[in-house]
Amino acid sequence: MTTYIPHTEDEINMMLTDIGNKSLDDLHTTIPVEVLLEEGLGLPPGISEADVVRSIRELADSNIGGYAGASRYVNAMLGERRLRNPYPLNSLVCFAGGGAYDHYVPPVVSSLASKSEFVTSYTPYQAEVSQGVLQALFEYQTMMSRISGLPVANASLYDGASALYEAVNMAVSYTDRHDIWISCGVNPRWRSVLDTLVDGRNIKVHPIKLRDASTDWGISHVSPELSPPAAIVIAYPNYLGALENIEQARELADGLGSLLIVAFNPISMGMLPTPGYYGADIAIAEGQPLGIGLSFGGPYLGILSCREEYMRIIPGRVIGESTDNRNRRAYTMTLRTREQDIRRERATSNVCTNQTLMAITATIYLSWLGPAGLKEVSRRCYSGAHYLHKLLCSIDGVEALYNEPFFNEFALKIPVNSEILLARLADEGFLGGVALDNELYDELYDDNVSHAMEIANDNSDSSSGHIDNSPADGKHRSSRTVEGKSDNGRRLLIAVTEKRTIQEIESYALSFEKALQ
Amino acid sequence: MTGQQEQASGFGHGNNLTDNLANLAAGGNASSTPLMGDDEEPLIFSLSSPGRRAFQLPSTGVPDISPDTKDIEPPALPEVSERDLVSHYTRLAHRQYSVDLGFYPLGSCTMKYNPKAFDEIAAISSLKDVHPLVSAQLSQGWMEILWTLERALCAITGMSAFTLQPPAGAAGELTGLLMTGAYHRSLGEHRTVVLVPESAHGTNPASATLAGYQTKTIATGSDGCVDMASLESALSEDVAAIMLTNPNTIGIFEKDVVEICRLVHEAGALAYYDGANLNAIMGITTPAKMGFDIVHLNTHKTFATPHGGGGPGAGPVGVRAGLDQYLPGPRPALQEDGTYRWKMPECSIGRVHSYNGNAMVLARALAYILSNGADGLKRVSQIAVLNANWLLKSLSDIYEVPYGNRCMHEFVLSVSTFKRRYGIRAQDLAKMLLDRGFHPPTVSFPLVVDEALMIEPTETESVQTLQAFASVMKEIASEIEATEGASAKAAPERTPVGRVDETRAARHPIVVAD
Repeated sequence: MTTYIPHTEDEINMMLTDIGNKSLDDLHTTIPVEVLLEEGLGLPPGISEADVVRSIRELADSNIGGYAGASRYVNAMLGERRLRNPYPLNSLVCFAGGGAYDHYVPPVVSSLASKSEFVTSYTPYQAEVSQGVLQALFEYQTMMSRISGLPVANASLYDGASALYEAVNMAVSYTDRHDIWISCGVNPRWRSVLDTLVDGRNIKVHPIKLRDASTDWGISHVSPELSPPAAIVIAYPNYLGALENIEQARELADGLGSLLIVAFNPISMGMLPTPGYYGADIAIAEGQPLGIGLSFGGPYLGILSCREEYMRIIPGRVIGESTDNRNRRAYTMTLRTREQDIRRERATSNVCTNQTLMAITATIYLSWLGPAGLKEVSRRCYSGAHYLHKLLCSIDGVEALYNEPFFNEFALKIPVNSEILLARLADEGFLGGVALDNELYDELYDDNVSHAMEIANDNSDSSSGHIDNSPADGKHRSSRTVEGKSDNGRRLLIAVTEKRTIQEIESYALSFEKALQ
Repeated sequence: MTGQQEQASGFGHGNNLTDNLANLAAGGNASSTPLMGDDEEPLIFSLSSPGRRAFQLPSTGVPDISPDTKDIEPPALPEVSERDLVSHYTRLAHRQYSVDLGFYPLGSCTMKYNPKAFDEIAAISSLKDVHPLVSAQLSQGWMEILWTLERALCAITGMSAFTLQPPAGAAGELTGLLMTGAYHRSLGEHRTVVLVPESAHGTNPASATLAGYQTKTIATGSDGCVDMASLESALSEDVAAIMLTNPNTIGIFEKDVVEICRLVHEAGALAYYDGANLNAIMGITTPAKMGFDIVHLNTHKTFATPHGGGGPGAGPVGVRAGLDQYLPGPRPALQEDGTYRWKMPECSIGRVHSYNGNAMVLARALAYILSNGADGLKRVSQIAVLNANWLLKSLSDIYEVPYGNRCMHEFVLSVSTFKRRYGIRAQDLAKMLLDRGFHPPTVSFPLVVDEALMIEPTETESVQTLQAFASVMKEIASEIEATEGASAKAAPERTPVGRVDETRAARHPIVVAD
């Protein structure tokens, strides 16, 4: 049995005597007898920590996406195709995105962020002995403000989805309206979290469908009986990777008297205008690209920044600058009366534990990058993605799904089901992308439009040309069939980061082509 | 004198080198002077020197085909060397108290020692480098880890199924309440009220509001437990659930918990168990035995995953049989051939996380549970309760104990006498503790106790540490008496900064640097 308990048996006996007990069992006499467990917990006996770590490592290695599988594939590649992989051979070469990206994390970031003073402290309730975490978070807030172009930021939320949820709550409370218009280009997983969490309250979330890869805010698609929303939400880049027209969304919000919430990718801010530049009221992001590991989905980082007027309804912890009693600069948690431990049922949010360590990680990462580094990473992501896009689109039967500009992620129409292609690519050592499955794809588009696109694409005989961007005609709807639906699975979302070498990109394109044969 | 001023003036006047430096663009300040505790550390931004860089990216050979973005100025991030970066955050770390440094008895936060072996889990490449959207086929190991953790949490709580998606305790509360709503709707009922005891954490009522419920507060009786008359008068067919922490935040086991759950069920409501204080009862009783329907746990409390300066945590939610169809999903399901697949519960409320929850935190929690095993976890709770009772006994002749002389894993003292006599508040006493090298307990909570100090020693502190803490607490009490409270208001004096002006911060909020 492993133990992190320091007490010797003698000490335990001494302590029991001191408090007038005979045995450890006497400690629980205040618990009603009828609820005591007669049997022990249904768990195995304890084992040494080394044994635990070993068995978890063994489990981990049975992830084929992990070391054991990958080494097999990558070794095969080394033998056959001389693929050079400058990184440890620990995972499939990643071309998947969908909200989580395989960026390069320098050792200095992990080294500093794993300092035990940051790792083993808690919420900085006692400011005088928490200046380390407080100042790092103040720096974090400043950086989030600067990369989003908005003056106020909080000290982190759980992830992109929770940032979306909290931003919606802010808009509802600020406007006292209860409708939200959200672009279907916003990450569908975030939207499904939002749908779950607003259930039970009087908030109606209206998904606004896409046309091609852009939100179709057109009046004909937004039904006239909808009340003006508290906010409209748009993603930049959106889930398909496309860079939508944010000015148009701002104009729409202005016309409706609604807040504009913009979901952005922080790593793109080295080369794209900020949400603040476009007049966003609230900017939200998944902060994982900022030096945070993929970790099968968490812990990640929820970024939220906003305009000055929403400062007092911002959710979660906020760090403020102040002075100490000797007039030295000092930091403390501030605007505390918004928070759950003080305002209870009238709090602006229920967030208590947040993602401080991930916020500190992002701060260190961005300090390491600096403005030039962020720009360089942005450009490399962009270049790699566009280089691959061109290679793949030249393959017979592969077409771009849209013509809008994109950053580091794009969607393709492919001549086989995406799951089949992904399995073949995995055999070649690649995590080939994220499938745009039927259910998801259907949800993004208005029935009329998406179906018409299908037909347009089918008519092109999967051989050449671009997708037909002409507005769809509803009359095609009746021709929708089961087979048509299965065609919908022939789409793939592909992301490229600055980590991917030209050899990896070219070899991926070759494997892609081979896998389609 | 601040570090910056000292550095800037340290060369003396008329030094050409210094003058030339000063003529360079603004910024480029040095970090604070090492080993000088009084110096403030400049913000990372003021260490910047234009053109300086730390980053170097691996060569990829990909041609730059990105468009010209000259008109877009990249954000004003710091421009520092890697060496400055390391100094800066190392110095910030030195201005930070932590569990690794010492006793951290924050009540209801369970600041136990975080075993170093499990840092290795977080470093396993085939866990940390796995993309969340890989297919089930490519992530069987991860799925087995999550599935095994679900089973372990079921064993510890007596629940029948768990979701691991909620990323923190408060997210777990909201999840549990949304499931409560789904359950009642399935019966054709619309219930509007959630009952929360006076002593509950603030997250409980805040979560209730977010789930669309009104909160009704239940009074605390003179014994520190739920006041049964108050409960009975609050129960009606409008009540959806009661949220209960047990042992409660006063550190007392709710003696009527079985009856409470029975009455709640009789009214058609569900009993929700806030697992903040689970560290007191593992292997001794379970929320299921007490009659609860829904449970959330905090892995960062009970299962020793690091608190990370405020997070990440994880807040798994478990339910008794009959409610599992409402759980968020998808969840890992074990199939007959021994492989795992993702499965959405039949009437699921939907996703509460984009992916699989704070997976890396969950893997560490599983490691902790497996290493302790059944007997080890029981021992954890026994010693946590022993430590708390021993410390309570050591302090009860000096400090006012508002509720009884026995406790579970934590207890609450009141300094209301000091407040009456000398105007000394719990927060003042906390600052005196800082000067003596200890992190203070939770202060001014729970709200049912005037000027509360809520103390949770946890099982990982030795009796010698408790002794040292107790003698410092005694010393503080005598000093307050001796100086009639005068010394308290000046505290702390030996910390990196003195008492921070919170009023000023809130009145004119500066939340980002210029």
